[in-house]
Amino acid sequence: MNAHGNAPSRTPQDLSESITGGVGESPSRPDGNLKVRGDYAYSSDLWAEDMLWGATLRSPHPYARITGIDIARALAYPGVYAVLTHEDVPGDNRYGLKITDQPVLAEDVVRFRGEAVALVAADHPETARRALELIAVDYEVLEPVTDPKRAAHDETLPKLHPDSGRENNLVRYQPIVRGRQDVTAEVVVSGTYTLGMQDQAFLGPESGLAIPAEDGGVELFLATQDLHSDRKQTARALGLPPDKVRMTMSGVGGAFGGREDLSIQVHVCMLAMHTGKPVKMVYNREESFYGHVHRHPAEMHFEHGATRDGDLVYVKARMYFDGGAYASKTPVVVGNATTLGTGPYEVPNVDIAGWGVYTNNPPCGAMRGLGAVQPAFAYEAQMDKLARALDMDPVELRQRNAVAQGSVLHTGQQLDYPAPVGELLERARKLPMPPERDPAAEPDIRDLPGGAANTTHGEDIARGVGYAAIIKNVSYAEGADDYSTARVSLQAVGGEAVAMVHTAAAEVGQGLVTVQQQIARTELGVERVNIHPNDTSVGEAGSSSASRQTYVTGGAVKAACEAVRETLFDRAAAALGHTPPDLAVVDGKLVSESHGVLADVVDVLGDGVIECTREYHHRPTYPLDPETGQSELVHVQHAFSVHRAVVDVDTQLGLVKVVALDCVQDVGKAVNPDAIVGQIQGGATQGMGLAVMEEIQVSDGLIRNPSFTDYLIPTILDTPPMKVDIIERGDPHAPYGVRGVGEPPTISAGPAVLAAIRAATGIDLTHAPAGPEHITGTAH
Amino acid sequence: MRLNLTVNGRPHQADEVWEGESLLHALRERLGLPGSKNACEQGECGSCTVYLDDVPVCSCMVAAGQAQGRAVRTVEGLADGERLDPVQQSFVDAGAVQCGFCTPGLLVQAHDLIERNPEPTDAEIRESLAGNLCRCTGYEKIMDAVRLAAQRKAVS
Repeated sequence: MNAHGNAPSRTPQDLSESITGGVGESPSRPDGNLKVRGDYAYSSDLWAEDMLWGATLRSPHPYARITGIDIARALAYPGVYAVLTHEDVPGDNRYGLKITDQPVLAEDVVRFRGEAVALVAADHPETARRALELIAVDYEVLEPVTDPKRAAHDETLPKLHPDSGRENNLVRYQPIVRGRQDVTAEVVVSGTYTLGMQDQAFLGPESGLAIPAEDGGVELFLATQDLHSDRKQTARALGLPPDKVRMTMSGVGGAFGGREDLSIQVHVCMLAMHTGKPVKMVYNREESFYGHVHRHPAEMHFEHGATRDGDLVYVKARMYFDGGAYASKTPVVVGNATTLGTGPYEVPNVDIAGWGVYTNNPPCGAMRGLGAVQPAFAYEAQMDKLARALDMDPVELRQRNAVAQGSVLHTGQQLDYPAPVGELLERARKLPMPPERDPAAEPDIRDLPGGAANTTHGEDIARGVGYAAIIKNVSYAEGADDYSTARVSLQAVGGEAVAMVHTAAAEVGQGLVTVQQQIARTELGVERVNIHPNDTSVGEAGSSSASRQTYVTGGAVKAACEAVRETLFDRAAAALGHTPPDLAVVDGKLVSESHGVLADVVDVLGDGVIECTREYHHRPTYPLDPETGQSELVHVQHAFSVHRAVVDVDTQLGLVKVVALDCVQDVGKAVNPDAIVGQIQGGATQGMGLAVMEEIQVSDGLIRNPSFTDYLIPTILDTPPMKVDIIERGDPHAPYGVRGVGEPPTISAGPAVLAAIRAATGIDLTHAPAGPEHITGTAH
Repeated sequence: MRLNLTVNGRPHQADEVWEGESLLHALRERLGLPGSKNACEQGECGSCTVYLDDVPVCSCMVAAGQAQGRAVRTVEGLADGERLDPVQQSFVDAGAVQCGFCTPGLLVQAHDLIERNPEPTDAEIRESLAGNLCRCTGYEKIMDAVRLAAQRKAVS
């Protein structure tokens, strides 16, 4: 463990010896050089000769009937090449990740402010923008449905999706019950907790370049989290077979869940196919707030019962998630929130239910920590409340109830892999504390709440410390066939064996390209590994989400490399006339312990190429029983992290300075320790943002702050030094024992920060983000 | 209008530039230099930071016409041919690059900081980079990179 610096913390048991840059080492990113030169081509950087610019007209109303659209004036505007409406959608005017409920372009109804209504292609982005203003849409404005609880239960509200087949405006209802339901406890604490809507705020805007193809299809260069999911949905809307829609990944400027749903994909392809010209589309920041889904806001009622000794007896919870106008990932949010809603604790009696609903608020879907972020704010606040009621140390209470390997969760799933929550808590408690403030010394105001705003010189500042432990599922769940595909080739180039790895797995900044190289180096014993651009000419990889790619695509790359290696061994054996035992590839040479060096890999390869394609499927998961929520194995893996936050709070003004935000996380196997530290620090910062500043302000269905001026994300001044302590307790079911890394720190950081602010102020904060009005107790 | 300016030491000319276009748009779409990034286009994120006559600016907030006859240096002009500037090399070595979209602006801003203040304290680094948003890294490795770059520049 170290404070910060280049060397990440490691546990000593796991320093593998291998070729430079293999599994367990921390080689640099292969795209780092391009990125620091400004030469890495992001999806908004693309350009084609004679290209047009696309733009989207969006609904100004959260709920309205469209009674007419007149495009004549826009079409006549000089420089405009196309104006398209729903009538021009060539295929099925519906798409969606889980439920196909969203129109490509609105027909008779708009269900959220920002819904796409019409498209323009023009010779300049400003021409396109002006043409949008010339499209006349007649709206009959309707009263929007904005209260998620009423949306779930009130039969008198309009049904936003009358054909859904579900009651009222329900997207998914899931209860989970286990143990006794009539149970009581000696000590009971309860609370209602609410979360605002968070934005992924990736910096690279939604963008892409579509080029019509001679075979009647289209080529799309774009930034996404899942090429094949995009292609399936886009081909359906374009009325084309999937092989006519070819997608290639361009540079992705961050994703965090916000690129799982379609944005520009169908629109820019429609414009290109209609005009016969390349069309580029780039959202600006305001449009980006309307053009992608956000994290579900939530209202959560929790009750915890415990014995006087601090053993949890029961948890009851009711959670509401506002999915907004279209379903997106709402069903998964409900599944994750209910299955993870007790936290990383053993609870004998559980009664949890979650509702995900349609409203006319902005659509919500995937964001880092999907469905696990919301309940963590509630159950960790409850654990602190319980500790106070018991007069017990909050870390000790958590350790007393922590799950471990062998624990049975409330879904009935038994954890058949390490679950070292107690150990994580112990290590977090022992991390060195930041120095105390010296009240006698003149402070640097930049270190204080309010910073350079010069609101305090140290008076009215209180320090607090808070802990949070969390649980997150890894990969797709509830019976989804979760797999990825890798094609690996090996050939001699210029006297050196060179491997090529080809997958459709999206590099979104997390460093998957580095990990793929490391796996190939380790498995094939060669130094040079090239990464083929991601595209749809190889099999599916699934989404870069759910902390799953190192597990699933890592598993596919490993399997494909093993197949290549076996072929190589077969060729060597044929040449040698016998099959030596314990063959291995080391530094480009075939060796066996008994026979020593047998051959150079390049000589075995000759002029040939060995190429193998393999899928990796993780072990099957099973759906939840719709009434009891029981499942033999709902999640393939769980991940755990613990955060300790230290804050200084200006108790008069309600301003917060996060002083330290330190994390202990089990990563199973640290494939690239430096990159993991980067994931944990970045993830934690997003969680901290949700705790203290990030909220899309929505009222009457309208976003009030769709800009980086008004939607604040942490700057380098807001973000503290972050110690990271990685432990490696391998999962025997996973390739190399890996455990998903990306999401847990986002989940544990926020509740730890709120716990620290509560500790500093004694105020019972129930809303995230906690603003000055909450921290001073003056919120209405 | 016709735009004449020097970018990364070379004269450039663009015709039919619309008066409302930003310097960022002109660089990216007319001069073939997309290294400066378009993340917010309202001066909040710093991803489009370039030198304008040796002063870092958000190029999204500068009209293209304001750069007439002036010298611009972008991220593409930081390296000396194949040799990366120490700030660039340090960002790679410290793992300060994830998605990389904020990187060009941070590099120009950090480059300017070290030019002005060769031995910045942590507080000075944070203050100097406060106008550059990064959503991936949590800034820790960016701090490492700037400290490393300052050390390297000091001995070079």
